[in-house]
Amino acid sequence: MQPRAASERFFDTAFKRLALIAALAVAAALLWITCIVALRALPALSEFGLEFLVTSTWNPPRNAYGILPSMYGTVVSSVIALMISVPIGLGVAIFLSEDYIPPGVQRILVFLVELLAAVPSVVYGLWGIFVLIPFLKEITPLRGPGMLPAALILAVMTLPIIAALARDAISNVPIELRQASVGLGATRWETIFRVIVPAASSGIIGGIMLALGRALGETMAATMLIGNSTNNISLSVFAPSSTIAALLANQFAEASGLQVAALMYAALILFAITLVVNILAQVVIRRLQRI
Amino acid sequence: MADEQAIFPDSEPVIDVENWNVYYGDFLALKGIFLKVPKNKVTAFIGPSGCGKSTLLRCFNRLNDLIPIFRAEGRMTYHDQDLYASDVDPVQVRRRIGMVFQKPNPFPKSIYDNIAYGARVNGYQGDMDELVERSLRQAALWEEVKDKLKQSGTAISGGQQQRLCIARTVAVQPDVVLMDEPCASLDPISTLKVEELIHQLKENYTIIIVTHNMQQASRVADLTAFFNVQVVDGKRQGYLAEVDRTEVIFQNPKEEATQQYVSGRFG
Ligand SMILES: Nc1ncnc2c1ncn2[C@@H]1O[C@H](COP(=O)(O)OP(=O)(O)OP(=O)(O)O)[C@@H](O)[C@H]1O
Ligand SMILES: [Mg+2]
Repeated sequence: MQPRAASERFFDTAFKRLALIAALAVAAALLWITCIVALRALPALSEFGLEFLVTSTWNPPRNAYGILPSMYGTVVSSVIALMISVPIGLGVAIFLSEDYIPPGVQRILVFLVELLAAVPSVVYGLWGIFVLIPFLKEITPLRGPGMLPAALILAVMTLPIIAALARDAISNVPIELRQASVGLGATRWETIFRVIVPAASSGIIGGIMLALGRALGETMAATMLIGNSTNNISLSVFAPSSTIAALLANQFAEASGLQVAALMYAALILFAITLVVNILAQVVIRRLQRI
Repeated sequence: MADEQAIFPDSEPVIDVENWNVYYGDFLALKGIFLKVPKNKVTAFIGPSGCGKSTLLRCFNRLNDLIPIFRAEGRMTYHDQDLYASDVDPVQVRRRIGMVFQKPNPFPKSIYDNIAYGARVNGYQGDMDELVERSLRQAALWEEVKDKLKQSGTAISGGQQQRLCIARTVAVQPDVVLMDEPCASLDPISTLKVEELIHQLKENYTIIIVTHNMQQASRVADLTAFFNVQVVDGKRQGYLAEVDRTEVIFQNPKEEATQQYVSGRFG
């Protein structure tokens, strides 16, 4: 046998090194950002400690800061958004992976759904301000920006993520499983809900978690629509609220001193929330894949 | 072509195929099939690759309905009921005519749920534990998996998976069991177990098995159907060349092509 050519060996090692450098660079960037944010948050951390998480005041003139309302708004707007976009997205995914419609039409629909993800969030925000909120004011007690329009727009924004990823996961389920189920005398619906969707569940959950991450961190549309009420929590979806991302976007420009530190602290909390969501997603997916 | 009524005079036909043609789009895959499948016997389909054995098998339980370009002509009856009549529910057909596939395809569920699934969708009311055990015993798998029924059906060996699929099929207590090369991915020992199982199942079920293994056909089948391919206008179409008692097909076939195929001198 001939030894491998020197050039081939060179490219092999060169590629390995490059890949390693790229991977390390990503990890380093993440670490660096976290460190800087944590460092700048230190004054607020030492001033407020964990109290920051349970306080409902955000008062720059008095230098009193707490992000409970924004945390509440972040989580609740995302949860409401997902309660809407998960069933619809899953339905769209199932519809688009079954043979209800001619393949040509199907391809166009898939493309359109994916296009929803390409609309910039500021456009969604504008649409929300000029179309959705006036419309909601007609039919609900809503009086202006608030939780409901923000959550609805977040639902629209997360829908294509869920639909696209769930569709991928569903169409990756081997045809043999469908045949096995149908061959046992299961109906189309029994097959979809008891075999196909469970078999695709890790991909579907992955899509949901990605969508949740997107909703939690969405800044532009939330800032434009949620009303930015940082000082009180209202259980009504018609009342203004706030999210951590919206809080940051609204205040960083004029902030100084302890307010910057408080904003950095809030950013750290947002980062922690999304991190926890991602870790949970990994755990759930691993669990499901074992079966 | 021999008349199967004469081949097995005591056995009423369970499935009766008359002048059956199958198209995939414009492509005529199977042409002019006449076949009577005798009750409580094992019928083997043999023939070269691409001659339409799996296609015909999937016609019996209407699994080809899943293929949009599939189209069939002719008459196919099951206990004198037209299988393709417009008022026939394919779901009901598949409950009576079960199938084991060439590639083991257990569900990504526990071993227990793999078996229980078919029974549940069929509205089975009896004791599920008992059904699971009985089906696994019938498929000669019980001893190997009785302590890990909660484990995934995909985390066992390929041979065990195939026997699990067989257990899953018999658990819905069909009338006919279709097997498409059930031993293609099995080692000789698992193959023998499956063949023993076929012998037992024959008492209660009618079995149709596709196989590329001539010894297997001669060991398990009562009736053997040899399918062949003919080239018409440059297209390969499958047809049923000869069907007879297995001994006749293997020892004294009427067709030259059958003789060549079963003795391995084909093509
Ligand atoms: N889903 C399909 N769409 C189009 N053509 C098909 C389809 N399934 C089978 N065919 C064609 O029909 C013919 C018969 O195929 P079939 O799978 O029934 O052959 P077979 O006898 O089972 O072969 P093998 O022994 O290799 O499994 C082949 O020419 C094949 O290409
Ligand atoms: Mg085949």
